Amino acid sequence: MDSYINIKVRVWRQAGPKAQGHFETYELNHIFQGASFLEMIDILNEQLIAEKKDPIAFDHDCREGICGMCSMYVNGHPHGPDSAITTCQLHMRHFHDGETITVEPWRSRAFPIIKDLMVDRQAYDKIMQAGGFVSVNTGGVPDANAIAIPKPVADEAMDAASCIGCGACAAACKNGSAMLFVSAKVSQLALLPQGKIEAAKRAKAMVAKMDELGFGNCTNTGACAAECPKSVSLANIARLNREYLCAKFQD
Amino acid sequence: MWLKDSSIGRKFIMSITGLFLVLFLLFHGSMNLCLVIDDLFGTQGYNWICAMLGANWYAIIGTLVLALGVVVHFCYAIYLTIQNRAARGNDRYAVEARQEGVQWASKNMLVLGIIVIGFLVLHLINFWWKMQFAELTGIHTSMFDPQDGSAIVKGLFTNGWCGIIFCLLYMVWLAALWFHLSHGVWSALQTLGWSNLIWLKRIKVIGIIFATLAVGLFMIVVVYFLGVNIGQMIN
Repeated sequence: MDSYINIKVRVWRQAGPKAQGHFETYELNHIFQGASFLEMIDILNEQLIAEKKDPIAFDHDCREGICGMCSMYVNGHPHGPDSAITTCQLHMRHFHDGETITVEPWRSRAFPIIKDLMVDRQAYDKIMQAGGFVSVNTGGVPDANAIAIPKPVADEAMDAASCIGCGACAAACKNGSAMLFVSAKVSQLALLPQGKIEAAKRAKAMVAKMDELGFGNCTNTGACAAECPKSVSLANIARLNREYLCAKFQD
Repeated sequence: MWLKDSSIGRKFIMSITGLFLVLFLLFHGSMNLCLVIDDLFGTQGYNWICAMLGANWYAIIGTLVLALGVVVHFCYAIYLTIQNRAARGNDRYAVEARQEGVQWASKNMLVLGIIVIGFLVLHLINFWWKMQFAELTGIHTSMFDPQDGSAIVKGLFTNGWCGIIFCLLYMVWLAALWFHLSHGVWSALQTLGWSNLIWLKRIKVIGIIFATLAVGLFMIVVVYFLGVNIGQMIN
């Protein structure tokens, strides 16, 4: 049963991108275990404001696991200790009375810290702008049954498309590699007939942008897929490798 | 050149050289097995292979290609690691938890690789120096005849306490090699794109089988001579 717990929260505080960061520990009493993790941070911020202190800056938006904004490294895991969820879907029942919870921002050179737990994830947007779209003129809306797509293929494309671009993969990777993100974005289009036409060009452009932005080289540790809130599979990385190598050998 | 300038190109080089070295290991391991067979049945298989691979041009070219494979694999490993550490940035996480299903070996490939390379140097001094090198240059580097490879191996491993120490050192080497291959083989296949939702699980199993087979072939020889050596010491 959910009950009330007293906890300590050890949070990374950093005034700005260039400022020196440090950990600060706050005590929080009487937190309901049915509360979400972000609600707990809200309560902590209320407490800080009441004490006339600077509240903790953190990213959040939809709070239902679909926008990909929340980005906290909780007790050594991006999005916390539970699997296949975002930070906003994490609840306080995963923590016990008297526990010290360590909260850090994503740490990767391509994701510089803006303030406290907020990081700049525009690098992912830039990769998307490099080719993560379909530029085929599809004309009017075609009949839904005009292009038949096998169910397993459609399922795999949809699973790849479930990526919300939160950055947990690159944050968890010891190599700071964005391959799971890029491969999901390449796969969701490469699997479907409309996206196949530009598949080779897309793979080359997105990988080139990824390398340019300073992401690392994938060594298939699998930490990304293990921490991904949407359980995007490593099989996508193999598809990206295949698409890219085939495209390069054809050149 | 995309093989140097793109991340997937660099990984492609790592996987190709890695797989090439695994194939060599399988050949070398099979050849070593002859040592045990020779010792048990009194045949001369190992020395016959040694003679064939002695100091002819094919063997020299083969050795050079092999050395090139090791050098490229090693240099790219260093290059990739430097880049990856830079990509990670200077700020480390205060708390780093283990992820479920992530192999320990996969996060320590460079360390394991350096252990393997370190022992490789010892191995070359132990055997290659006394066999192919001695044969090529005509310099006597040991008390053994460079043509009699079998005697050189037996001489090292069945030499009392010294033999036991070398057996144990080789076992540490082989253990590091097993861990390196347990991630390396499937990772190479994944990098080449030979994986999907179904084959991802299969290539991981294939990798473990390959690693066990390759390392097992070497291990049999070491364990056999360790047994022979201890037997001799007791008697």
